[in-house]
Amino acid sequence: MFRAHWWAAVAAVTRQVGDLEVAEDAVQDACAAALAQWPAEGVPASPRGWLIGTARHKALDRLRREARRADKEAEAMREEAAPRPATGWAAGTDDELALIFTCCHPALDPAARVGLTLRCVCGLTTAEIAAAFVVPEPTMAQRLVRAKRKIRQAGIAFRVPRRADLPARLSAVLRVVYLVFTEGHLATGGDSLIRGDLCDQAIRLARALAALLPGEPEVTGLLGLLLLTDARRDARLGPAGDLVLLAEQDRGRWDRAMIAEGEALVGQALRLGRPGAYQIQAAIAACHSGAAAAADTDWREIALLYGELISYEPSPMVAANRAVAVAMSEGPAAGLVILDTVSGDTRLARWPQLHIARAELLRRLGRRAEAVAAYEAALALEPPAPERAYLARRMREW
Amino acid sequence: MVKYLFLLYGRPEDQLPEPGTEEFGRMLAEWQAATGAMAHAGVLLDCAPLQPPAAATTVSVRDGETLLTDGPAAEIKEHFGGYTLVECADLDQALTWAATLPAAHEGKVEVRPVVEVVAPAEQPAG
Repeated sequence: MFRAHWWAAVAAVTRQVGDLEVAEDAVQDACAAALAQWPAEGVPASPRGWLIGTARHKALDRLRREARRADKEAEAMREEAAPRPATGWAAGTDDELALIFTCCHPALDPAARVGLTLRCVCGLTTAEIAAAFVVPEPTMAQRLVRAKRKIRQAGIAFRVPRRADLPARLSAVLRVVYLVFTEGHLATGGDSLIRGDLCDQAIRLARALAALLPGEPEVTGLLGLLLLTDARRDARLGPAGDLVLLAEQDRGRWDRAMIAEGEALVGQALRLGRPGAYQIQAAIAACHSGAAAAADTDWREIALLYGELISYEPSPMVAANRAVAVAMSEGPAAGLVILDTVSGDTRLARWPQLHIARAELLRRLGRRAEAVAAYEAALALEPPAPERAYLARRMREW
Repeated sequence: MVKYLFLLYGRPEDQLPEPGTEEFGRMLAEWQAATGAMAHAGVLLDCAPLQPPAAATTVSVRDGETLLTDGPAAEIKEHFGGYTLVECADLDQALTWAATLPAAHEGKVEVRPVVEVVAPAEQPAG
């Protein structure tokens, strides 16, 4: 019940006391106090206002007690009195934006940015974040403590970036949201292939960002991409929890309402005339969701879009995906030629999907021995259990 | 305001242009432009190149015994060749200035916040 207020509360208190770590602890304490008081005394008229007020008192109390931070307290008092500088953003949103931009600052360790955002913005506990990324809880706790210390020591400002810095800083924020989603969509560790809670958190973040930053086409595009991808969630797992590939999914189980919303967002973003990597990926996802059956997929359009995506994201993985699209529109031999030119890349050699894609193309070309070798190469990289089950099944059915 | 020390890592001394050459003049001009802009903006406190790492002596005291090692504390491929001390509102501003230095383009600049040490007389009692 507190998660809906967490982001706003941590943001407001951080601005008031000038320290993210103190603010986050204080909001945590305020939630505990609410749990104790509200059932007996009734829920206050403004739960959010109560939480922020209570947390602010707790934070200032703590700063007061810590004499060595005497200067910080004085600073907090001054900031409270001082009028807030106008930044040109919609009123009431500055603190929330400042918080997520701080948590996703490029000067922080990338893994810590994801954890810090889930903790400070989404309100997940350290234990939940550790479980989501399959690391021991003390490791995650240490990572978060280090990141918060760096924010304080390095003087990372709690504010919305200047317009000039916005494109780079926004891309760091979107990257974090995207990473939260991909970890949920195709979990790299553990035995479950999909972690719906992480997908939900990522969509919630993207939705909030889209509301805070209307008119930023990449934000809209990312939200569209996540909705179009997540719409297939139920169809992606077979009865035994194994992976069902796009071509074999029961399209009747796709979430049509999410697809409609996602498609509308892609159109809305592209009309702004500032394309980017997320918008193009969303357009690709829309090509799939627009096909009534796998055989109706417009692979020529998808191959073109991947070609476009390479100019924004020149990664071998994008090239590999383009190869698959070319194979679908021009035949497996054409795709295999492209795939084999990129498969020399050492980053790709460790990517099971490359070997799976090669195996499928070789299979369609009737080159059985090479296909089996490629399936085995994918298995050797120890993908998650459900994906292993899928591969074992593919090697049996011929 | 926070003080930030830019530690400038770049080419070893023997790969730097010779004084008097056209390349040396260009390098000097680039440095003067970058640090001049910092001074003009009022953020520059100090800057200087250092003698080569070979001139360094590393001091450590263990169990009351002072150990001296010839050379820099860490042997790395790039040489720590100079520093720039600025005072900025926050890290973003410091990073923006760091990126204007020639060392950021041909080598690397490490940005380290400086701890503000209260002078003994100003320390609160107790």
